[in-house]
Amino acid sequence: MKNCEYQQIDPRTLVVSPSSAQKHTEKEAERPRRKWEVFPGKNRFFCGGRIMLARQSGVLPLTLGLIVFTCGLFFGFDCSFLVEHLTVFIPMIAAVLFLFVVISLLWTSFTDPGILPRATPDEAADIEKQINTSGSSTYRPPPRTKEILINQQVVKLKYCFTCKMFRPPRTSHCSLCDNCVERFDHHCPWVGNCVGKRNYRFFYSFIISLSFLTSFIFGCVITHITLRSQICKSLVQAIQESPARYPLYISHFIILIEMLSCLDTSLCTVVELVVCFFSIWSILGLSGFHTYLVASNLTTNEDIKGSWSSKRGADESGNPYSHSNIITNCCATLCGPMPPSLIDRRGFVPPDEAIPAASASEIELPLFTAKNDAHMCTQSTKDMLERMVHSSDFHGLCPPGTSKTAPLGLGVTSTPARSTQPSPSALCSQQHVHQPVALPCTTYSRSSKRDSPLSINPAFRLASPSPSLSRVSLILDDSPDTGFVPIP
Amino acid sequence: MATEFHNLQELRHSASLANKVFIQRDYSEGTTCKFQTKFPSELESRIERTLFEDTVKTLNNYYAEAEKIGGQSYLEGCLACATAYLIFLCMETRYEKVLKKIGKYIQEQNEKIYAPRGLLITDPIERGMRVIEISIYEDRGSSGSSSGSSSVSGSTAR
Repeated sequence: MKNCEYQQIDPRTLVVSPSSAQKHTEKEAERPRRKWEVFPGKNRFFCGGRIMLARQSGVLPLTLGLIVFTCGLFFGFDCSFLVEHLTVFIPMIAAVLFLFVVISLLWTSFTDPGILPRATPDEAADIEKQINTSGSSTYRPPPRTKEILINQQVVKLKYCFTCKMFRPPRTSHCSLCDNCVERFDHHCPWVGNCVGKRNYRFFYSFIISLSFLTSFIFGCVITHITLRSQICKSLVQAIQESPARYPLYISHFIILIEMLSCLDTSLCTVVELVVCFFSIWSILGLSGFHTYLVASNLTTNEDIKGSWSSKRGADESGNPYSHSNIITNCCATLCGPMPPSLIDRRGFVPPDEAIPAASASEIELPLFTAKNDAHMCTQSTKDMLERMVHSSDFHGLCPPGTSKTAPLGLGVTSTPARSTQPSPSALCSQQHVHQPVALPCTTYSRSSKRDSPLSINPAFRLASPSPSLSRVSLILDDSPDTGFVPIP
Repeated sequence: MATEFHNLQELRHSASLANKVFIQRDYSEGTTCKFQTKFPSELESRIERTLFEDTVKTLNNYYAEAEKIGGQSYLEGCLACATAYLIFLCMETRYEKVLKKIGKYIQEQNEKIYAPRGLLITDPIERGMRVIEISIYEDRGSSGSSSGSSSVSGSTAR
């Protein structure tokens, strides 16, 4: 393209010159990275990004172990007796409840709770532009709140410094996971994950079914002990009432043996009793609390902070999200539509955004601009618009099974942009360090056509220094938002 | 369609990304997904107001349909609960079906309306459902470095 405005260097020479980078490029080209591998939050991913957990998975193994152990003891030692003396439905009901509990627990732990992807550099720059131009001409740090009206009620939106955006309402930043989570309820260490919009129903099912399970096991165990002690007593009585049948010492010996065999099974029963007794209080309490939250369409976070408490006056600060009807609130929270996962874990990182740090530092900015401009002139523009037209073809690139595993958080329809890849002027120092080498438009994703030319557009290069400047003078009050290191 | 394609061809040879406009979310009715229909000033010279508003309103309607709490969603929810949510592994939820429709609609809008005017809409799902990103392309030959023309775009309600 001879009429390229910014072309200062012949693109052909640039493409071939760094031969080592070229080889590196080719090596990297063989293995395009998936987005979960470069995810900025503190999460762990398994099964190729299909399963995710918080990095601090807390006591999830303990929770699972405790449930499995107690139920194992129940099935092993109590069920045989109870089936014999009562009904066969007891282990069946227990089995169903147990399965439901474990499955709900796994859903809660492994599902994306509603993590919001971090703002793209363009978005962040746009927000800062708006904030700066609306204020005075002298520089000041961006305000941290924005007030909006929701159902005629004033709600303050806070700015998240880590994710570089104004948080939507009911969204909170979890410091343990380092993510903004929609409709953030709490970070549950028992479950090893945040509880948010997408997995609240699983969490609620888990605690409700666990309440039923512990109550059921508790009841069965009490029944077992009662029945067994009655049997023991009647046995002792029977032996005492017929002394003529056995000599005294033998009858005593038989009584002792029977008592021991009762005790032998009772030890496991006692263990179950203790576990159930202590868990029942906490689980039932938690279930009751969450039932109240569901009925009033509140989150634990809001309840603890007292965001909508009626102390300030019923009209002023009612809950703007409540449907003012308990049944509707319950149905909306628990039976509402399942929102999609916004972080596309299985998508591929767009290679055009990725710039090797070394080459970026070596090559001067104008050269870099020219090189990428040349790319854009020759190929990217044509490609991006073609891709736009034929964007449905991209779905062919996605691995199979993407559409089926949606509840585990896979974005079915599209791949969100790699929101935290910095532009060449390095907006974020704290973001993910690894940067795949840029490929000369060989592989692509839907977002690359939007981001790659932008990264070298001088218009945005002008905008980009402001975030780095703003970082210097930001003083963070909210501890969870601490994500920036002031540039010395 | 041939005319539009001809325009796309021309765009290909001459377009460069000049600016991006972000249409923010409208939270006046709660946390349901809805975008502001305020016409951003950067697009004034590029596209008719009515076309833009139609696009945003249609998108809002699609999202409202996806998030509607009604008979079908209750049924889906209860069925899911009864099967211990294992049904999510097999079935596509209603939301996902609507998202596909939205993807197709945006693609169609891009082809028919926006690309001929040098604009490109990004599906909001790729931006975390926070913004509708509209990329403005300019002819290479015409303006040079058009840094952000006046800044306030789709300004948020303050």
